Amino acid sequence: MAQRIDTKDLNIYYSSFLAVEAVNMTIEPKSVTALIGPSGCGKSTFLRTLNRMHEVIPGARVEGHVEMDGVDLYGPNVDPVAVRKNVGMVFQRPNPFPTMSIRDNVLAGVKLNNKRISKSDADDLVESSLHGANLWNEVKDRLDRPGSGLSGGQQQRLCIARAIAIKPQVLLMDEPCSALDPISTIAIEDLIGELKNDYTIVIVTHNMQQAARVSDRTGFFNIAGTGKPGKLIEMDDTATIFSSPAEKATEDYVSGRFG
Amino acid sequence: MSTTISRPPARGSRRRRSSTTDRGFNRVFRWIAVGAGATILAVLAAVALFLISEAWPAIMASPEELASGVPRYPEDTSLLGYLGPLVYGTILAAVLALVIAVPVSMGIALFISHYAPRRLSQLLGALVDLLAAIPSVIYGLWGFFTLAPVLTPFWLWLNDNLGWFPFWGGQASPTGRSMATVGIVLAIMILPIITAVSREVFLQTPRLHEEAALALGATRWEVVRTAVLPFGRSGVISASMLGLGRALGETMAVLMILSPGFTYSLDILAAGQHQTIAAYIAADFPESTGLGVNTLIAAGLALFVITLAVNMAARWVVARRKDFSGAN
Repeated sequence: MAQRIDTKDLNIYYSSFLAVEAVNMTIEPKSVTALIGPSGCGKSTFLRTLNRMHEVIPGARVEGHVEMDGVDLYGPNVDPVAVRKNVGMVFQRPNPFPTMSIRDNVLAGVKLNNKRISKSDADDLVESSLHGANLWNEVKDRLDRPGSGLSGGQQQRLCIARAIAIKPQVLLMDEPCSALDPISTIAIEDLIGELKNDYTIVIVTHNMQQAARVSDRTGFFNIAGTGKPGKLIEMDDTATIFSSPAEKATEDYVSGRFG
Repeated sequence: MSTTISRPPARGSRRRRSSTTDRGFNRVFRWIAVGAGATILAVLAAVALFLISEAWPAIMASPEELASGVPRYPEDTSLLGYLGPLVYGTILAAVLALVIAVPVSMGIALFISHYAPRRLSQLLGALVDLLAAIPSVIYGLWGFFTLAPVLTPFWLWLNDNLGWFPFWGGQASPTGRSMATVGIVLAIMILPIITAVSREVFLQTPRLHEEAALALGATRWEVVRTAVLPFGRSGVISASMLGLGRALGETMAVLMILSPGFTYSLDILAAGQHQTIAAYIAADFPESTGLGVNTLIAAGLALFVITLAVNMAARWVVARRKDFSGAN
């Protein structure tokens, strides 16, 4: 239940503006890949091309290839809806559906596309997904209450439960802890450590300690200046990136000299 | 458990700041705001008082007095018995209009907010707003001269072939001046307000919720179903109530199109079956005096009560699922 992702010469455009240039990256299955870099360098944009979520912005398009186990996600016969079922996503701010109960939130993705699910299967799935997101014990007595009544950290874990309920191959996380307090952040980081046993995880983070704590591999993105495209400067094992990176720019960034 | 659920503070719990912080325009603004709020209450109370005091003689009058004092008043009928069919006709017209207009409006609003290319949606939005600017007397003329003749063959066909259906029975009007035609004209009249409000509400759907649905593999319709419609639910109800309010009170178009009658008939294709309160008042006011005017005002009071009840019911519906409204 985890697949590798390869990007080849991936250029990402917003209309005619080249936002991210020539990314060649390999993301290993059952590992955590962290993407770091200053604001506006295209980390999130790149992340969103991995499940074709950037397409919902008018004018956004890509050149090059994103392959998942050898299958091009941008091939002519590929349905973006199917891609997104395969590649789950957790957002910067927790976004449970406010009109749904906790239980319905977990089942939201499963019930799409007119799929029917028996009540006992649904109960099992809700329990296993919430267990998977380390949330079961906190919410098992109030599954019928609105998801928006939970704390921020709990809401974010509910979103993770919702994402893993549809059994994706890959889980993308776009700064999942940036709106959370330190305790909730630790809970999410612990969870990421457990999830990588089953999923390929890509996480964008502004917090370099977090990247160092949770990831196996780290990619550093940078931007030459405003209006210039973002680039993948360097990608290596996390320990290498934070101790002896090959590029000067990476060293400056991770040691806090800039950015 | 309820302590973990954050709620917006209740209206009444806002305390007045100490007056030392009131200076300059702040104080002026407070009085403007309080004044505006109080005006609403005062106007509402004044209208209610006027209606009750002026309707009182009719409410107190015996059937004999009413029969002698009110033109065309039937013998041995209480005031409630007399106004009942009018209340029924009013509600029937408004419900018909709403049943037709709400699905169409939501379709247009969703098309404008989530499906149409930007330029087309702006054009459509402007056109819908333009519909709202047409005076109701024009709708009346159009309904009478254009729509009724066009619809008549269709109504006759329904009556011939599907007459067993409760609403389509009876003797269909050969001129189309029936409740069915009125319902369609009213629906077109309330369409712009419902569409405009729904469109604004749908556009307010948080991007985050739409993306949440998309990231789970939702199609465009499923995004609408899981994120947009639940978020817009209370807004659509409010919009429908605005439309219903207009449909309940609409006078000219009904007066011009409908061939009036005083029955509890379900036959919306037939002429001479129904009348609405507003059209009844407008039609009979010029030739009424004394107790006749009191009777008309009693009908107006009934309309006032209906509108109030409908609005309170709508608020109840919205408030019932407050925890799930997305406002917390």
